[in-house]
Amino acid sequence: MMRKVVSRQSSVVSILFLFLLTTYNLQLTTAFAQPISSTELINSAKQYDGKTVAYEGEVIGDIMVRGEYAWLNVNDGQNAIGIWMDKDLTKDILYTGSHKFKGDWIEVTGVFHRACLEHGGDLDIHAQAIRKVRQGRQIIERLNISKRNLAFVLLGVLCLVWILKQLKLK
Amino acid sequence: MYNAGGIFHLFSIYTMILKPRMEDIKIIGYYLGKIILGLGLTMLIPIIIGLAFGEINPVLDFLIGIEIALIFGLILIKICFTEKDLNWMQGMIVVSLSWLAATVLGAIPLCLSGHWKSYLDACFDAMSGFATTGLVLVQDLDHLSYTHNLWRHLIMFIGGQGIVIVALSFFMRGASGAFKMYVGEARDEKILPNVIHTARFIWLVSGVYLILGTFALGTVGVLNGMKPINAFFHGACVFMAAFDTGGFAPQSQNILYYHSLAFEIITIIIMLLGAINFKMHYHLWMGNRREIFKNIETKTLFITIVITFCITAFGLTQIGSYPKAIVLFRKGFYQLISGHTGTGFMTIYARQFINEWNQLALVGVICAMAFGGAVCSTTGAIKMLRIGIIFKALLEDIKRIIMPEKAVVIQKFHHIKEIFLEDKQVRLALLITLAYLVLYGLGAIIGMLFGYPFLNSLFESTSAAANVGLSCGITDVNMPATLKFTYIFQMWAGRLEFMSVFTLIGFFVAIIKGKR
Repeated sequence: MMRKVVSRQSSVVSILFLFLLTTYNLQLTTAFAQPISSTELINSAKQYDGKTVAYEGEVIGDIMVRGEYAWLNVNDGQNAIGIWMDKDLTKDILYTGSHKFKGDWIEVTGVFHRACLEHGGDLDIHAQAIRKVRQGRQIIERLNISKRNLAFVLLGVLCLVWILKQLKLK
Repeated sequence: MYNAGGIFHLFSIYTMILKPRMEDIKIIGYYLGKIILGLGLTMLIPIIIGLAFGEINPVLDFLIGIEIALIFGLILIKICFTEKDLNWMQGMIVVSLSWLAATVLGAIPLCLSGHWKSYLDACFDAMSGFATTGLVLVQDLDHLSYTHNLWRHLIMFIGGQGIVIVALSFFMRGASGAFKMYVGEARDEKILPNVIHTARFIWLVSGVYLILGTFALGTVGVLNGMKPINAFFHGACVFMAAFDTGGFAPQSQNILYYHSLAFEIITIIIMLLGAINFKMHYHLWMGNRREIFKNIETKTLFITIVITFCITAFGLTQIGSYPKAIVLFRKGFYQLISGHTGTGFMTIYARQFINEWNQLALVGVICAMAFGGAVCSTTGAIKMLRIGIIFKALLEDIKRIIMPEKAVVIQKFHHIKEIFLEDKQVRLALLITLAYLVLYGLGAIIGMLFGYPFLNSLFESTSAAANVGLSCGITDVNMPATLKFTYIFQMWAGRLEFMSVFTLIGFFVAIIKGKR
């Protein structure tokens, strides 16, 4: 009986210990489950340094594959931050933002570095997981009629001025 | 340097006494019209690129821009037609007005793109581009068209060589007034006997380096995983911004976008090439490599880089911002070289200067920005020849005190040839230095009037007036309009080294107060 009580007590202590350890670890690594803005990350870089953060934004520019890894830059509308990730994680990304494309909107979970020692002091995030929130798309550019009309009117004026100048010279 | 001093004196007398005649205004208008025509025609380059990339609306923006520029240019040429040549005063005024006209006209396609919040913001970026500063107010840069992005960098290339140099090279064959405008653009050293040949040599050097630089940066871009088309487009843009010590980049993260040591090293080399006197380039091209080790400018540049980097590195080490040597190099040294050469490329975010650098490190970068590169280069600021001359004069005075009274103290310096140090050189070097210091201080005071801290204000003001482009976060779309105007004025006056600006002010004073 006594043995049973001791065993139950030790189980409770063990569970409690494991719970505390997990919570402590969580506090150390994933204290920030909600996406954090780039401005917040840059302004409070020391606070978030080495911690696991969630960050979301639009993938812009090129996906730059470097061996087994890749760099991509993610802009949340305020700033763009470099994301270092396993090359395989980029497979789901179809669109990257440019003049003609709206890039995929992704959520990145990873370790934030104020001055990453592995990457020459870059402020970056080493991604552990990414999730596509919204797919990007091609931006269909339609001819701006008012700009076209203005260009035609100015062309007429330019021709007129040119003719007047030639007449004067003659 | 001699000429500019004489000119300033001559014009001061002239503008203080005589009211300008209609003929003066006509001559100024005629040459201004020619320069505007030349500037308008440069918009053909982004139009060609826009057509190649199938960007319809951006091409329309530039069609409108080119048409307005050509209309203004032709009207000025027609109304002010003259066959007379420029005198010194008119040449200076043409230069200062050309830069304002370039800003106003160059901003039109930028504003039409919708990426700038107001026309003032577009003018800010246009002046920042032409003056090779690099401060930006553009919005959503990562979605800007190739056409507009090319224009942003092309105006740096044009401004770096000099707007008037463009006109001299391609549109003004044989004008004897050319040298007056060449001097007005803060280039008082002729490389070749003929100023038009000098202008063309500057373009030759820039063109050759453009091809080599684009190839090097483009190749690194491809190896770094960029698409070839983007890699070479970025390569060309970044080269133009680096060689002309501008500081714009095609993406919002500036050079941080590339995450590449090789890219950073190549840009450092290009920035240093841009900070060297074109006369030095000429001698290097002619095989006179010893000049680089003997010249007062390169010696001074080396010494000031070492001193300012020591200050910056000591400051950064004090607070342990970058614990590894390679990190200190890629963050500390890169920002310092970028500031010293007047480029303004950044591999950190603007707020990191304030949040993660201490005051000592910031002072190191501010000093580097204030010094600048060589005269007759694409950099702004006080410049190495003047710093070197002032230092030599100080040495001469110390020698005079130490040596016996009857001893004759002679100080020499090497700048292409051996030159004896004269009082008038020292006086002019000190005058220009003083003017820059006043300009840096003035911008800092105005920044402080809007509630920004002293060091932040001084940092941003020095960056604007020395045509650098590093920012600690003050330059923002929401900053007060007065501050935007202040920085535009600083970029303009700093790039032209005051003489043309003073002459223009004197001209307006003479219109009001001068005697007939």
